[in-house]
Amino acid sequence: MMTTDWIDVGAFDAIPARGARMVRTPQGCIAVFRTATDEVFALDNACPHKKGPLADGIVHGNKVTCPLHNWVISLETGLAQGADEGAVETYPARVENGRILIEAAFLKRQAAE
Amino acid sequence: MQKLVVIGAGMASGRMLEHMFEADPQAYEVTLFNAEPRGNYNRIMLSPVLSGEKSYEEIVTHDDAWYADNAVTCRFGERITGIDRDRKVVISEKGETPYDKLVIGTGSAPFIIPCPGHDLPGVVAFRDLEDVDAMKTAAGSDGRAVVIGGGLLGLEAAAALRLQGMEVTVLHLMGHLMERQLDEAAGYLLKKDLEGRGITVLTGASTKAIMGEGRVEKVVLEDGTVIPADIVVMAVGIRPSVALGQAAGLEMGRAIKVDAQMVTSDPDVLAVGECVEFDGNLFGLVAPLYDQARVAAKTLLGEDDVFRMRELSTKLKVTGCDLFSAGDFADGEGREDIVFRDPGRGIYKRLVIEDDVVLGAVFYGDTADSNWYFGLIKDKTDISEMRDTLIFGPAYQGGAQVDPMAAVAALPPDAEICGCNGVCKSTITEAIGAGATDLGSLRATTKASASCGTCTGLVEQLLAVTLGEDFRSKEAGICGCTDLTHEEVRRLIKARELKSQTAVWQELGWKTVDGCHVCRPAINFYLLADWPLEYQDDLQSRFINERKHANIQKDGTFSVMPRMWGGITNPAELRAIADAADKYNVPTVKVTGGQRIDLLGVKSEDLPHIWADLNAAGMVSGHAYSKGLRTVKTCVGTDHCRFGTQDSTGLGIKLEKALWGSWTPHKVKLAVSGCPRNCAEATCKDVGVICVDSGYQIGVAGAAGMDVKETERLADVPTEQEAIDLTIAFVQLYRENAKYLDRPYKWVAKVGLDWVKERVVHDLDNRAALIERFAISQSVYQKDPWAEHAATKTDAYTPLSDFRLEAAE
Repeated sequence: MMTTDWIDVGAFDAIPARGARMVRTPQGCIAVFRTATDEVFALDNACPHKKGPLADGIVHGNKVTCPLHNWVISLETGLAQGADEGAVETYPARVENGRILIEAAFLKRQAAE
Repeated sequence: MQKLVVIGAGMASGRMLEHMFEADPQAYEVTLFNAEPRGNYNRIMLSPVLSGEKSYEEIVTHDDAWYADNAVTCRFGERITGIDRDRKVVISEKGETPYDKLVIGTGSAPFIIPCPGHDLPGVVAFRDLEDVDAMKTAAGSDGRAVVIGGGLLGLEAAAALRLQGMEVTVLHLMGHLMERQLDEAAGYLLKKDLEGRGITVLTGASTKAIMGEGRVEKVVLEDGTVIPADIVVMAVGIRPSVALGQAAGLEMGRAIKVDAQMVTSDPDVLAVGECVEFDGNLFGLVAPLYDQARVAAKTLLGEDDVFRMRELSTKLKVTGCDLFSAGDFADGEGREDIVFRDPGRGIYKRLVIEDDVVLGAVFYGDTADSNWYFGLIKDKTDISEMRDTLIFGPAYQGGAQVDPMAAVAALPPDAEICGCNGVCKSTITEAIGAGATDLGSLRATTKASASCGTCTGLVEQLLAVTLGEDFRSKEAGICGCTDLTHEEVRRLIKARELKSQTAVWQELGWKTVDGCHVCRPAINFYLLADWPLEYQDDLQSRFINERKHANIQKDGTFSVMPRMWGGITNPAELRAIADAADKYNVPTVKVTGGQRIDLLGVKSEDLPHIWADLNAAGMVSGHAYSKGLRTVKTCVGTDHCRFGTQDSTGLGIKLEKALWGSWTPHKVKLAVSGCPRNCAEATCKDVGVICVDSGYQIGVAGAAGMDVKETERLADVPTEQEAIDLTIAFVQLYRENAKYLDRPYKWVAKVGLDWVKERVVHDLDNRAALIERFAISQSVYQKDPWAEHAATKTDAYTPLSDFRLEAAE
């Protein structure tokens, strides 16, 4: 049943295009991204490499580059791109009436180690 | 005969009647109401009427004779005020009219922004002939029009008003024109084309108010810009006209809900056109409306048909602006772009492909093959076989696979490769045979690709074809997004006056949609350095340290370092720093090598607050995180030292006050020592000044990082003012010419110290010009980012939301 619940995490306008903001949960932070084409994505805010804050990265296309060591992470799959290997958890996200909604499962997840 | 009443003589209901009369002229006795005092005309051709390219008569779809031939009772100019579904009558000001079947085609109304002044005379929409007449009346030869809305309709209106001789400004809220149909690159080309026709386009423009005494005089934007206007055209969108349907109690969504047979919740009431909602969709383009009309006609005749949503394409009806978009062209995982750009001809083509099927297409400048691509999208054609040549269009399909190498190999010896320098293929292959086996030496010997650089790819292919396995591309592009080098991009930004990132991506043929983390910060710097007044610094293209004005640490916290001019501080500043360290639980306080104090381990959300506290004590950002001026290290000089020859501390403070806030290709560190004992270690800085009895020795291009290098003497000057002037001129020359992330010592090694001396030391006019350009840049960028962000951008430093508290409850 959880999969049908969506949680309002904030206004779409609060994130600049090609930008991100983070959302705190009891188990750690997730990063919410807005691309140049106004799509939104939600991922754990911790790079698989050294836990860098992905919300502080540069967003290009549907990817983000971690600010610590330039790992490039797909916003769609959470997979590290190129030669790097690793993944972060992703959560379904969408925009409705100017609000960003994330599937409720993100609140119940296990903390990223 | 059954009675059919139609409300609204628009394009959908008109087409429905055509289908119906064609299939069975005797099926219904038709009464047609229209609030406009005329019958059905081709509404999408209103813009040529506005521009004067067509007359109203030319766009009439159904004239009086057509209505008479089909025995339609026309009641034009008569407004329907209600529908009584129980008694099956429609009510107008002239009475009641009974129906057996009713079709609602009330269309849509323009959306008017409810800003102050929206109801002033002179504010018009662009929806019907009355609007067009109002605009034509206002369009004096020297009239000024402001069009609010840079979508399809607004741009057509703008182009038409321009053709009428008006001075036209388009205001668009979003970052690029027609953002629903075009991506950024195509939007940029469109803007450029419109500007070429004399239309002013302001994107990111939010209308605050329309003002005037008794009628429209000007439009005021949120940012304070004032634009004089004789008329204001609102073209921001439409909303379905559904009041009648709603009052009649039909089932509503955002519009009147219909099923796939175009029947509303009442089996005897149908609806077509822009006033309907089907499966959650609203309609604005004509193609699906015609589909609806066909289905509605069948339903009225008791035949089966089904309305289906289908792929839509868009073309702009502005003569000379060739654009096309169709399908879904958003980025996505598993989706790949094929991008073709021809800057010379202003052409941009982008295909979005997923699983060997074309999902979407955006074309600008050349839409000749758009129908073919639209077919591929609609039919979901498997394009794997023609993928390599897909972007070149249908003419290149079929037959053997085209190998780009083979194409170069097949060129005749006299084919011109480098247009700038007139170098043909045989000249290049001969030079390769003579030993020029890389791009650099080919450029040196033949000049091929040594000017604009756009033929670099071709020259490299020639190298590859000629040398086979031995060839390796020597000079790499900035990143995977372009083959151009930093230096080439810098030169082209200046030469072609490229003033936005979108312009760079398009004109220089970027291979990705919006760059990457490597090129974006570099291009952002080049643009702001070359066009300080025109270009708007883009925070989203900056590395996090420069976006948040603090150094990110390995645990995601930040460090905060206030400026200490020339390394001089006082008890009040030190107390404020100590208080801030206490208040924000700063775990580490460190004295740095640049003579200031670093507060390490500050949490992101505390940043604006700690800055505000430090600001209140008179301190500003030390830019310890930036590719910009860091510190000016000094010794105490003549103030206290018995060896001091000049006021080194004073000069250091003056230099820091002059240079702070400037962005540079990489960080810049200065030092001023009061005597040759050099306590400030000035001889390993980017610019280091050594004071001597006779004046000042200016050294540049030192290093004490990954490389260690002593400065080279730029010049000896007698006065403090000259020392300051030379320093500023040197920094500006570096800003204008160096590759992003090259420290000055690397840059000077490339261009040579003599080249620098010529421009900074010997040519006094050039020195003055450099100083003046630096001053212009500082007028924009010398501001304390801490104060600015603490006042206006605190949101960016805090979480979007916090669910920890809720969970605890």
